[in-house]
Amino acid sequence: MSTDTHAAHADDHHHDGGHSHGTFSSYMLGFVLSVVLTAIPFWLVMSGALPNKQITALVIMAFAVVQIVVHMIYFLHMNTTSENGWSMMALIFTIVMVVIALSGSLWVMSHLNSNMMPMHQMSGMN
Amino acid sequence: MTVAVNPSQTGEPIFYVAEEHPHPEGWSTSLGFWIYLMSDCLIFAILFATFGVLGGNYAAGPAPKDLFDLNLVAVNTSMLLLSSITYGFAMLTMQQNKVAQTQIWLAITGLFGLAFIGIELTEFAHMIHEGATPQRSAFLSAFFTLVGTHGLHVSCGLIWLVTLMVQVGKFGLIEANRRRLMCLSMFWHFLDVVWIGVFTFVYLLGVLR
Repeated sequence: MSTDTHAAHADDHHHDGGHSHGTFSSYMLGFVLSVVLTAIPFWLVMSGALPNKQITALVIMAFAVVQIVVHMIYFLHMNTTSENGWSMMALIFTIVMVVIALSGSLWVMSHLNSNMMPMHQMSGMN
Repeated sequence: MTVAVNPSQTGEPIFYVAEEHPHPEGWSTSLGFWIYLMSDCLIFAILFATFGVLGGNYAAGPAPKDLFDLNLVAVNTSMLLLSSITYGFAMLTMQQNKVAQTQIWLAITGLFGLAFIGIELTEFAHMIHEGATPQRSAFLSAFFTLVGTHGLHVSCGLIWLVTLMVQVGKFGLIEANRRRLMCLSMFWHFLDVVWIGVFTFVYLLGVLR
């Protein structure tokens, strides 16, 4: 039995730190995708191609999310199997924390702002 | 630690030492470094949240539209993106054991990184010269903290890069240096990911505002 567990552990150690490597084509694909995903939002804002600012904002945020995923896959070589899934677990945990911190801060503070009575209105009431 | 398993036929438990057997050096480095990057991600998340909350408080001072030159930001973004792909090439040549080519790609990566920092510092100097200092408004405090922290990370990455080039020059592509280069690769690409957030939320959405 002890030899079994040792064999299993030995297997764990052969994976070179569990980090997968990219190839030339995967790096180039990631680079080309990144260039396109960067160029379009810059063009949208600099040319004002979309008449509505809110739609432009949503579109460029969507491009940012897609580009982050592209970088994660092609440059950081993220997948569900590296480090036996632990790096993915750490990533998911971090994303949850980031979403809570960002959305919570923005939500609470914008409510605080809208509930604060503007100064000129207060002086008008006296 | 001693564990009893499989009582033998005589009923006597058999003991054996189940101590953690020695791991090869650096076997857990990449996971550990990944967890460091995730904690760094939390720092940036909080700085982004701060900027999100304070980003509209100009205190009657300059707004993003008056300050940001998107052409310059586009050039800066391309510098960082190019340095990411050249670092990728450095990793590929490292896997093929080509020391000289790895060094050349690392040097090119360093030059792109240096260009990024140079452009960013020029932008900062220009803003401060116009009176848009961190003390001017909450927006500018949050801006300089967020973008400055990112720039500081890139500067540390550059110091690390030079250190590793010296290491590779002295000892070659030994196992330890490969591991270090892989950690810097993760760090460098991570900084590019953070920059995607910076140019989108700070510069593009700022100008749009």
